[in-house]
Amino acid sequence: MTTVEARGIGKRYRKFVAVDDVSFTLEPGRTTALVGQSGSGKSTIAKLLLQLERPTTGQILVDGEPVARRGAAAARYRRTVQMVFQDPYASLNPFHSVGHHLERPVRLHHRDLTGPQVRERVLHLLERVRLTPAEEVARRRPHELSGGQRQRVAIARALAPEPGILIADEPVSMLDVSIRLGVLNLLATLQREEQLAVLYITHDLATARHFSDDILVMYQGRIVERGPADEVILNPRHEYTKLLAEAAPNPERRIKNLQA
Amino acid sequence: MSARVPVPRTAKLRAGLVIGGFIVLFGLLGPLVVQDPSRVDDIGLTGPGGGHWLGTTQTGQDVLAQLAYATRGSLTVGAVVGVLTLLLSAFFGIVGAYAGGWVDEAFSLFTNVMLVIPGLPLVIVISSYVPDKSLLLVSLVLSLTGWAGSARVLRGYTLSLRNRDYVLASRVAGERRWRILGVEILPNLIPLLASQVVFAVIFAILGEAGLSYLGLGASGSFTWGTMLYYAQNGLALRLGAWWWFIPPGLLLALFGAALSLVNFSIDEVINPKLRDQTRAARRGWRMSRAQLEKAKEATL
Repeated sequence: MTTVEARGIGKRYRKFVAVDDVSFTLEPGRTTALVGQSGSGKSTIAKLLLQLERPTTGQILVDGEPVARRGAAAARYRRTVQMVFQDPYASLNPFHSVGHHLERPVRLHHRDLTGPQVRERVLHLLERVRLTPAEEVARRRPHELSGGQRQRVAIARALAPEPGILIADEPVSMLDVSIRLGVLNLLATLQREEQLAVLYITHDLATARHFSDDILVMYQGRIVERGPADEVILNPRHEYTKLLAEAAPNPERRIKNLQA
Repeated sequence: MSARVPVPRTAKLRAGLVIGGFIVLFGLLGPLVVQDPSRVDDIGLTGPGGGHWLGTTQTGQDVLAQLAYATRGSLTVGAVVGVLTLLLSAFFGIVGAYAGGWVDEAFSLFTNVMLVIPGLPLVIVISSYVPDKSLLLVSLVLSLTGWAGSARVLRGYTLSLRNRDYVLASRVAGERRWRILGVEILPNLIPLLASQVVFAVIFAILGEAGLSYLGLGASGSFTWGTMLYYAQNGLALRLGAWWWFIPPGLLLALFGAALSLVNFSIDEVINPKLRDQTRAARRGWRMSRAQLEKAKEATL
């Protein structure tokens, strides 16, 4: 059970302000959607939370404590926050087997495990993301898997250190429409089982509404609107949110227009 | 770890490996069976035949024996320069690009400086200081002047690899920096490294031959270049002594060609697009006669 809080974080690259004074809290068992157009700073927020970049202003707190930069506390933070990347074709190393991708995080975060125990965990992870037969999948190389299967491997990898917080950066935008729902449902199931706090980054309002409890709308590096998912979608207040809601396909509106 | 990169067994690769393999075997085993290459005989310049399969030089030295030792010498230069170039270019190219920041800046500047130092004048300067140059010294000079190009190629590719998602993912997983370099990045550089090494070996053998031909090579050792140098000095061409200069020249050309063929095959592994660029590959896309007949029937 971990809570991560971003307090007034900002990131500027030289003169360009990517993220400006953003605050939010990720709580166990809740999914927060971060919605916004390309370049609005969504992925920068993910990088800041993952400590791949340092915020220029503000700070990130874990259970009320500021995040450590190095040492044992930093390693603990690594275990706490994990990420599923956008592009499953780029996020798996073409040189290594699926087993290697899962084995490393398991080993790194559970140093006392023996070889067979690690192996067992890897197979268990694969079964949890419905990749069976696990023995065989573990032996395969990423290029032998489909996009959806790769993304399942990426999810299993993110779960390997047993994190409290999962960041999913547009986890289905690179996948076929037909398998998106399966991957999203899998994420939702795993979240319920583990009581994860999930930050779901997307620009798809429909899935954001369906899968998350709260929605944050980002526009040009700022959060312009926030609230419970239905509230934000049904009663958008900010101009940009209205535009987004308009742009989403709406069969009812379409039928009304046709009848008129 | 098993072989991770599927290597297409093309005719190119096979030809390169076979020719190269024969020459390497000759260089390794030849000197064990031939006579002393420096032994002078009073038969003078004679053509192939009798006790000398490839004839003799002006001073009656056996050309075959010289060729065997010269092959060994040239291959030694190639191997030494190949290894040294690999180490230098990997260190300055890959480590610099991966470390980033001022380390990268410094390594990159150093690489660029080394890139523009011309090899030939440097060797001339060194040869005027060191009267007794060994084969090793020549190799050292060749590798010092030859590694910078590969380092730049490797730097560029490493810069692109270090920001791939799977590298970020292993950082998120908590891997140590050096393990990421060794286990996640380096294996993906292997094909590129291999092609750079092969190129370095060709460059070294040709470079050494050029230097020796100019009389700037290692003193008192046999290489293809020194053989050509002595053949030239002995007026082999004007005397029609083809058996003196053709064998070393031919081996030089063949070995260069063999390594180039191997290199082309490695290039095809790195860049699969190249694989379909040969005429043979494109011919494979055509419909066979039977398919054509069938298609015709279907349209009628």
